[in-house]
Amino acid sequence: MFARAFVFVFTLLSAGLSWAGPEIQHWTTDNNARVYYVPAPELPMVDISVVFDAGAARDGDMPGTAKMTAAMIDEGTETMTADDIASAFANVGAKFGASSERDMAVFSLRTLTEEQAFEQALDTYTKVLSAPAFPQDAFGRIQQTLLTGLQAENQSPQAIATRAFYESLYNQHPYSVMPAGNADSVQKLKPADLKAFYDRYYVSSNAVVVIVGAVERKQAEQIAKQLTSGLTTGQPAEKLPEVPALNQAQQINKSFPSTQTTIVMGQTGMSRDDPDYFPLYVGNHILGGSGLVSQLSDELREKRGLTYGVYSYFRPMQQKGPYQFALQTRNEKAQEALTVLQDTLKKFITNGPTEAELTAAKQNITGGFALRVDSNSKIADYLAMIGFYDLPLDYLDNFNDKVNAVTLADVKQAFERRVNADTMLTVLVGGETETK
Amino acid sequence: MLKLKNLAWLALLLPGIVQAQVSEFELENGLKLIVKEDHRAPVVVSQVWYKVGSSYEYNGITGISHVLEHMMFKGTENLEPNEFSQIIARNGGEQNAFTGRDYTAYFQKLHKDRLEVSFKHEADRMRNLVIEPAELLKERDVVAEERRMRTEDNPQSLLREHFNAAAFMSSPYHHPIIGWMSDIQHYEAEDLKAWYQMWYAPNNATVVVAGDVEPKAVLDLAKKYFGPLEPETVAELKPRVEVPQKGLREIKVKAPAELPYLMMGWKVPTVTTITEDNSWEPYALEVLAGVLDGGNSARFARELVREQQVATSVGAGNSLFSRLKDLFLVAGTPANGKSVDDLQAAVREQIERLKQTPVTAEELDRVKAQVVAETVYEKDSVFYQAMQIGMLETIGLDWMVGEQYVDNIKAVTAEQVQAVARKYFVDDSLTIAELVPLPLDGRRPVSNAGDAHVR
Repeated sequence: MFARAFVFVFTLLSAGLSWAGPEIQHWTTDNNARVYYVPAPELPMVDISVVFDAGAARDGDMPGTAKMTAAMIDEGTETMTADDIASAFANVGAKFGASSERDMAVFSLRTLTEEQAFEQALDTYTKVLSAPAFPQDAFGRIQQTLLTGLQAENQSPQAIATRAFYESLYNQHPYSVMPAGNADSVQKLKPADLKAFYDRYYVSSNAVVVIVGAVERKQAEQIAKQLTSGLTTGQPAEKLPEVPALNQAQQINKSFPSTQTTIVMGQTGMSRDDPDYFPLYVGNHILGGSGLVSQLSDELREKRGLTYGVYSYFRPMQQKGPYQFALQTRNEKAQEALTVLQDTLKKFITNGPTEAELTAAKQNITGGFALRVDSNSKIADYLAMIGFYDLPLDYLDNFNDKVNAVTLADVKQAFERRVNADTMLTVLVGGETETK
Repeated sequence: MLKLKNLAWLALLLPGIVQAQVSEFELENGLKLIVKEDHRAPVVVSQVWYKVGSSYEYNGITGISHVLEHMMFKGTENLEPNEFSQIIARNGGEQNAFTGRDYTAYFQKLHKDRLEVSFKHEADRMRNLVIEPAELLKERDVVAEERRMRTEDNPQSLLREHFNAAAFMSSPYHHPIIGWMSDIQHYEAEDLKAWYQMWYAPNNATVVVAGDVEPKAVLDLAKKYFGPLEPETVAELKPRVEVPQKGLREIKVKAPAELPYLMMGWKVPTVTTITEDNSWEPYALEVLAGVLDGGNSARFARELVREQQVATSVGAGNSLFSRLKDLFLVAGTPANGKSVDDLQAAVREQIERLKQTPVTAEELDRVKAQVVAETVYEKDSVFYQAMQIGMLETIGLDWMVGEQYVDNIKAVTAEQVQAVARKYFVDDSLTIAELVPLPLDGRRPVSNAGDAHVR
């Protein structure tokens, strides 16, 4: 059903985390699945996720494989049709979700813990994950849906810019592949390709199980056991290759019949276990990661009225994710906006933040810790991240201390070493941009 | 596979969950305060809701409620532009605001110890806003960019805007929340000041606080900060009733796009507009929406997407809580190789079936189970709980209407679903809009979006 329409002042760009957080319990099942559990007895519900290292980075030369495998997972098992599966969840008010990005394939279940509802939902979830049949008729339909999705991308300047950005930034690296694939490869895919992908990556050694809700530890153990019992043990996915850095600036202009030009600029950023994580994260919070109070928002929106929203963010992944800047502005202002964006970045790299800015950023990040873990669903998201990227269990507990430990010199040095304004990749998609 | 025969288990689940602690107060100046306790985490959500939105506006100043919402961040007699945002940020908070057709709301999410920061500055900007002409000029540009991003360059949004303008003639739901581009580019500081003066007052506001708080302490804080504010004479709204529709309306919108899109909307009553005798009708329409589009097992997904493969995606939505008469919407993208006409025919067949044959007991049970489950899931979000209270109060209903939602849905019968289908799904009150894709050949379209040279 439709969400009600609102017009927001600016998009919420919550970045980062942090309170002496939830107490995470962790164990490994007999067949090597890693489990992360937080009891939350207040509401009679539970959130469960199973995360596989089976995102688009594993697509190889058939882009779209990971996404289509995930999309086909609830389209039929050996004993149930797609209709049966949908009814089994819906009849007890349970919600099932599947998504696939570059690193992760995530399958989530939200259900009531009332016994009858819970058992039916968990039973169906287990079957879907462990015995998908990839039936031919559903395959043809999902293939068409993915192709329609690719068409929809072609009418969105942001989607066009993002695709061009990733393809050029990552070049031959697996991260260059868009999870949605491309029309060529999606058309070529066969059910057997998905089955082979499933057999390789949807294995318990390659899985993280997250459980947050009104279940006891014993029950949680039982849930994890049941969920993974139908999976083969297999092997963890191979480590992804390292990402080579860009060594020269590049600009891509694409014409599009829009009133605005979309600007996406960036370079390779950092990985989840990056030693510079905290200085870069706190620094970017000041530069472009804190919504209306960031430097970029001040320069482009508050002072000049050039855009509705401008932001920058690091997207830490298994290997280096992008460090990305983005905004939209009316076509005739594209060059001015790009110049202000570049100048603000250069100035930040050269001068670093002020003491006052650093203090304000730390107050914002650490003071907002409780907000970031105030619901079961938010905690579940953090558990998935901690589990998937193998972060320490006390990651949340120590987060505020690590933020507070960052000094002005740390930020300045990290940006000088890691961010190079002269080798940025810039993509412009818009109405008056001529292809050079 | 297990199948649940009835909803008996749901009855066991409900007591204790829906009875969350809500306290209601009214200050002497008319400000309403509603506090909902949720002690799961040490956080608080504070929201200030004003009875004003795009449906209060008239031609020439459309979107003024929304631009005023932007200007509310631009300083008061006591704060510099953007300083409120900086203060909330320093206090570890998040804040934002939103404008709808029937309301404008501001909110902060904070650690529970910081509620005072929110109240202090919300009270300040309720009466002491400063509208600097220079700041307004910049903000007009920002809002124009927002409109370009959301509407001009988004073919489905563009269709929706034209669709609403066709479906509603005299009702203010005719114009978009963000306003027409030409209106955006011509607001003057005096327009904003007058609009602010008219609607921003304690007796036209509801403050909702949800989270790990104690109601008495919240009341004391509210008295301290909002208590001294002077009330305003708030004008009574003209009814602006939609003229009865006299036949099917069909429009086409051409825009650069790859995919066609279909929208269909029938005029329906809402909880606010329905007469007491027929108060069940909006809930029957709600159940009807669930039968068509309550997730992956509903009729649209099962039959139109999977079986007939006539739609890539198609949704249905009822407008339960709107201040004025509204639309029941169906919208979707035809599947590859199918046309908008094919999709429309398939939707019409679905509507016809709802008129001819009562929905099954299993479908009713499924919709009700989903609604009951959803009321539990919603409790995971403190923000959502506050939002629901504020929205209901601001459109003129009691927040208790939200608590009665499950009971009202559970009371709906198959016969009632059939009855509302027959009564409201008639062509004479139907509006249909079709997006006709133009080639994306890279040339800039002739813009009717208004002159780009604002100043």
